[in-house]
Amino acid sequence: MSSEGAVQPFEFVACLELREMLGRVAWDERELLAGIEDAPADSLYYHTRSYFLRSRYLSAPYPNDFATWAAIQVRDRVLGERLAVVDPFDFGDVELLRADLISVIDAHLGSRGTVPRVDAGEPFHFMRSTLIDVPATARATTLEEFRDGLARVDGSAIYYHFYEPARRRPEADPLRWLDALGRHDVADRVRALHPSMSSLDGMRAELLAICDQALGVHGA
Amino acid sequence: MPEAIHLDDYRRVVPPQTIDLLRRLAGRVRGRSLLHVNSTRVGGGVAEMLSRYVPLFEELGVPVRWDVISGAEEFFRVTKSLHNALQGQEQAFTAEMLAAYLETNRENAARLHLDSDVVIIHDPQPAALIVFTRRPASAGTGREGGRWIWRCHIDASRPQRRAWAFLRQFVTRYDGAIFSLPEFAQQLPIPQYLIHPSIDPLSEKNRDLTAEEVAAALDRLGVPRDKPILLQVSRFDRFKDPIGVINAYRLVKKHDDCRLVLAGGPADDDPEGAQVLAEVMAAAQGDADIHILVLPPAAHYEVNALQRAASIIVQKSTREGFGLTVAEGMWKGKPVIGGHAGGITEQIIEGVTGYTVTSVEGCAYRVRYLLHNPALASQMGHHGREYVRERFLITRDLAEHLALMVTLLHA
Repeated sequence: MSSEGAVQPFEFVACLELREMLGRVAWDERELLAGIEDAPADSLYYHTRSYFLRSRYLSAPYPNDFATWAAIQVRDRVLGERLAVVDPFDFGDVELLRADLISVIDAHLGSRGTVPRVDAGEPFHFMRSTLIDVPATARATTLEEFRDGLARVDGSAIYYHFYEPARRRPEADPLRWLDALGRHDVADRVRALHPSMSSLDGMRAELLAICDQALGVHGA
Repeated sequence: MPEAIHLDDYRRVVPPQTIDLLRRLAGRVRGRSLLHVNSTRVGGGVAEMLSRYVPLFEELGVPVRWDVISGAEEFFRVTKSLHNALQGQEQAFTAEMLAAYLETNRENAARLHLDSDVVIIHDPQPAALIVFTRRPASAGTGREGGRWIWRCHIDASRPQRRAWAFLRQFVTRYDGAIFSLPEFAQQLPIPQYLIHPSIDPLSEKNRDLTAEEVAAALDRLGVPRDKPILLQVSRFDRFKDPIGVINAYRLVKKHDDCRLVLAGGPADDDPEGAQVLAEVMAAAQGDADIHILVLPPAAHYEVNALQRAASIIVQKSTREGFGLTVAEGMWKGKPVIGGHAGGITEQIIEGVTGYTVTSVEGCAYRVRYLLHNPALASQMGHHGREYVRERFLITRDLAEHLALMVTLLHA
């Protein structure tokens, strides 16, 4: 049952990152492991989830910086591939993500006689970012308006609402809003999406398709 | 006199949401003042950048001032040595030189009004101002003093240690520092922010030109358009490897007809630059298809036309700060072949927007490959322009500076 109009409007929020260098570098995979062990949570977010915010036009070989560095700079494609399948969206808690990354690298190093290191490539620079939220002009009180907002907001708003559950404002959770609106059907279909398999534009297209279908838009 | 450029003019080249986002972001710091301090109002990349930033910040409702320090010849001799030492050259410093540096900073601190909410000090010349400034209370942070940021535009990845130790004592007093690349970051107890420099797509150097304008400019420069043009725009500096570019051209020329244009500024005030230029002239002698163009610093229109006329842009540096000529070339839809150095690797996506090379032979091979695959070159040019649109335009740079202000003032 829909309760459109009876809930707080959904305010779209765009965002951008202020990037900060932590002054720590890794020249080999053991140093990468140690860096991941010590890195602040914001650093793990930066090198995994916010890849999607930074790679809107052209994408890197793998959707997280650790995997790409191992594959391209160290030329250890095996570790690159093993890190690439670690999906940051599988982990509600960043510490679980950290533990998984550590165990993948640790197991990989355990199977090797030597520690692969950068030869001719670049070291890994640990970074972190602060997410600055910026209210967008779009707001929605109905599913139709929500759909229109999705279609016209900056790509960073797609990122903010659908890729950053830990760092966004609680009221910016689109699933909670859709549930409050009574559109559990839409919320469930959005919940089933896989952000790590889409660019922001791809994610936007999938969201629009879900809304169009729910709204009975012809051709959806 | 060119017409003033307004924020809304950028809607022609960036997605409309970008300008809306800038305005709303600026709303979070509206009325909070910003001060930039550097060492010159004309000449050099920093002055060029500030001349374009300042009116746009004003338009965004951020009261902004741009002040310039003054000093005697001795001061600027010392800061030139400091600059070179931070870029890794061996330099000798006497106690008198360092005293002259500090005294000039002290005099400027007494003269300038350094009381803005956010103060951005550019490069080493005015870095010691912070020592001589009583930081007045900031209007809204609830903390004493405005927030001070040191902006380092140079490649300080391998500084002469003594020079860095001298400068570091001032830098550590700041609330943060900005570097252009992660590899330029230092071990510092303050936050080190990463903000890439940018190009202005509406400036004389980057705005759209008609085919007729390009043709007329090349005619004036004496560069025929009868065969593919390879272009490198840079100072006549050994780190830019102009002789290497000529040698690569000669390897290409054995098989494929083309022209090479090396365009750079005059070397009047740089004895080594004059020497490099003389070597380049000697290396090019007798080949009518090599054009060495010594252009005045304000020849932005001519550089724009050359980049648009070129088939391939080369930036074969062996050492580089950021190398914005790469972004300039990509913005004109050209594939770029660059040296594996500094910010060039940040701008070129291997095999997608161009190629990075580490040798004369590598450069020659990539030039030949692109000359023989014009469809690929065109596709790379397209990718390059879009990549620059996303990452290296002034609108992104402005947004990151506003984000920094938000972070500093609301932390």
